[in-house]
Amino acid sequence: MSNSANGAALPGAGGLGSIFDARQQVSEAVSAGLKRRYARERRFRLYGMLATLFAVVVLGILLFTIIRTGLPAFTQTMIKLSVTLYPQEIDPKGDRDPQTLSSADYQRLVRDALDDYFPDVTSRNDRRELFAMISPGATYVIRSMVMADPSLIGKRIEIEVPLKDDIDQFAKGKIDREADQANRRVSDKQIGWYQRLVDRDLIVSRFNTTLFTAGDSRSPELAGIWGAVVGSFWTMTLTLLMSFPLAVGAAVYLEEFAPKNRWTDVIEVNINNLAAVPSIVFGLLGLAVFIGFFGVPRSSPMVGALVLTLMTLPIIIIASRAALKSVPPSIREAALGVGASKMQATLHHVLPLAMPGMLTGTILGMAHALGETAPLLMIGMVAFIVDIPSGPLNSATVMPVQIYLWSDAPERAFIERASAAIMVLLGFLTVMNLLAVALRKRFEKRW
Amino acid sequence: MIAMQATTGRATDAAASPVPAFMTRDVCVFYGQKQALTNVSLDIHRNQVTSLIGPSGCGKSTYLRCLNRMNDIIDGCRVTGSILLDGQDIYAGSMDVVHLRARVGMVFQKPNPFPKSIFENVAYGPRIHGIAKDKTELEAIVHNSLEKAGLLAEVKDRMDQPGTGLSGGQQQRLCIARAIAVQPEVILMDEPCSALDPIATARIEELIDELREHFAIVIVTHSMQQAARVSQRTGFFHLGILVETGDTEQIFTNPRDKRTQDYITGRFG
Repeated sequence: MSNSANGAALPGAGGLGSIFDARQQVSEAVSAGLKRRYARERRFRLYGMLATLFAVVVLGILLFTIIRTGLPAFTQTMIKLSVTLYPQEIDPKGDRDPQTLSSADYQRLVRDALDDYFPDVTSRNDRRELFAMISPGATYVIRSMVMADPSLIGKRIEIEVPLKDDIDQFAKGKIDREADQANRRVSDKQIGWYQRLVDRDLIVSRFNTTLFTAGDSRSPELAGIWGAVVGSFWTMTLTLLMSFPLAVGAAVYLEEFAPKNRWTDVIEVNINNLAAVPSIVFGLLGLAVFIGFFGVPRSSPMVGALVLTLMTLPIIIIASRAALKSVPPSIREAALGVGASKMQATLHHVLPLAMPGMLTGTILGMAHALGETAPLLMIGMVAFIVDIPSGPLNSATVMPVQIYLWSDAPERAFIERASAAIMVLLGFLTVMNLLAVALRKRFEKRW
Repeated sequence: MIAMQATTGRATDAAASPVPAFMTRDVCVFYGQKQALTNVSLDIHRNQVTSLIGPSGCGKSTYLRCLNRMNDIIDGCRVTGSILLDGQDIYAGSMDVVHLRARVGMVFQKPNPFPKSIFENVAYGPRIHGIAKDKTELEAIVHNSLEKAGLLAEVKDRMDQPGTGLSGGQQQRLCIARAIAVQPEVILMDEPCSALDPIATARIEELIDELREHFAIVIVTHSMQQAARVSQRTGFFHLGILVETGDTEQIFTNPRDKRTQDYITGRFG
């Protein structure tokens, strides 16, 4: 082919000229196409930029909405009360018996204090509405103060107690005062009383410590995420303790020791399949096997961790195998070449080099598990649990389930608390990821 | 050229030593169904450098890796025939592969130091075999090995720095130090200079000639000049068979086989 082309071009005086012409032609063709090529490249880059921009904008909107909804939950509207601790109400016998102190009618004291503020409110119905403005938590506040220091009895104490969630929402401007009274949770009379309290400087807004120290509650102003945080902590710790050694062991065996035959192929396919199984199936399995057969306590972090371990195992195994595969074979050969056994070569050289990748996979798996809700619904971790779990066998719930429960609640105040809980959860995930990056950096430096 | 004459002159004396380190007879290697080596019979003598030459894919590396059973880690690889190290069959059940590799060290084509300190690289072998009784003894071994590998002067002030930070030639000498730290009888070298520049290559070649005093050395090389420079005996492989073997001088000046002649004169390969 090239011979015939040369043969046509070379003979005659035009030989050199035609080569020149051919170059000219190529050059023209290149410059004619250049504009289109660059335009295509610009378009390609634009698509990429648009895709990135879209992702960033959507993420921004998501974060913005969560933060805007959740931020008010970090403050709580409180009322200043001046409560007289009448000895005859709290401790009629005067022997300071804790039993008596604990069961005294502190609600009555709160009502007395409110009556002092509003001597004009006398009718039974009105007073009930007035007392409904204060959280039932007020009585607990007073009781715990008296229990801690019985010498307060007989004195007059100034305390700040939370207002009921509806009033709190009204104070935060979440309830439209122009709306018809029947369509809002706060009555006209309550608004009037609230206004009088504001005028007398008795209403204050405080940082909502309850949100971070309390367990769940029926009353939003008394509900906190601490119970869920502790539940998540137990669940995650147990999941990590069970899944990491199991997964690394399985990955090392499959990658370094197992013969490559049909059985290991079957196992590999099954591991990949497991990673794709819907998480609720693991929940059903946990219900049937761990709770039904082995009798692990229902709703406990233990059973949750068992289920999440099953779920994260394939993820960590796959990541760990990839990390082991990426260790150059020359390292294995070097170790074997000086007479290291297979296990020594793996433990001394391959595993440390693969560890950063394994840790990344583990953190990803744990982040996945931390945000998992569906399988936990099946094993009873969706229960309403007020107490802070004190161990892995207590009933508990976890943060995503708490978010699910709160976002489903009818009270408005729970909606903002759900967003606040999401913010806390995102905070934990960020910390975990930073930890992963830091760990990887340290490992990489050592080698 | 004069140097080569001198080394080959000494070689003929050493070749007279009675018991070879390795005695291999009718070695065949199969990768699955494919036969890579057919009936290779070759002796490796002590205090000699034996070079294996031949075109790519001729089986010389495969043969080399039989000698310390490095082929074991390749799935579907099967070795037949007999390979005797000091009269012991290394493929027999009584031969432990870890023990074998302590006796037969290996240096690879690409320098592959561990991503650890220079000291740790050399100390690793003695440490896992429990050769050194205490820290001072271990340090002496490391020192000695680096000295023998001609690297000590360059690294003695930075023993705790990573071995991967050295230059290519230094890394390869580190790998040699690592191999000799366990006092093997034989050192196998699989194209040890193919990733190095000419100056680093020259250093390694000098080193190989010095090491001959203590070890039997088998070197696979693509460079015929290198084979001629460093080795006393040469085996020429072609298409999985050992075509010719003999004193290096004889192979390069007076080959018996036509194929050897064609290869060394550059007609193929």
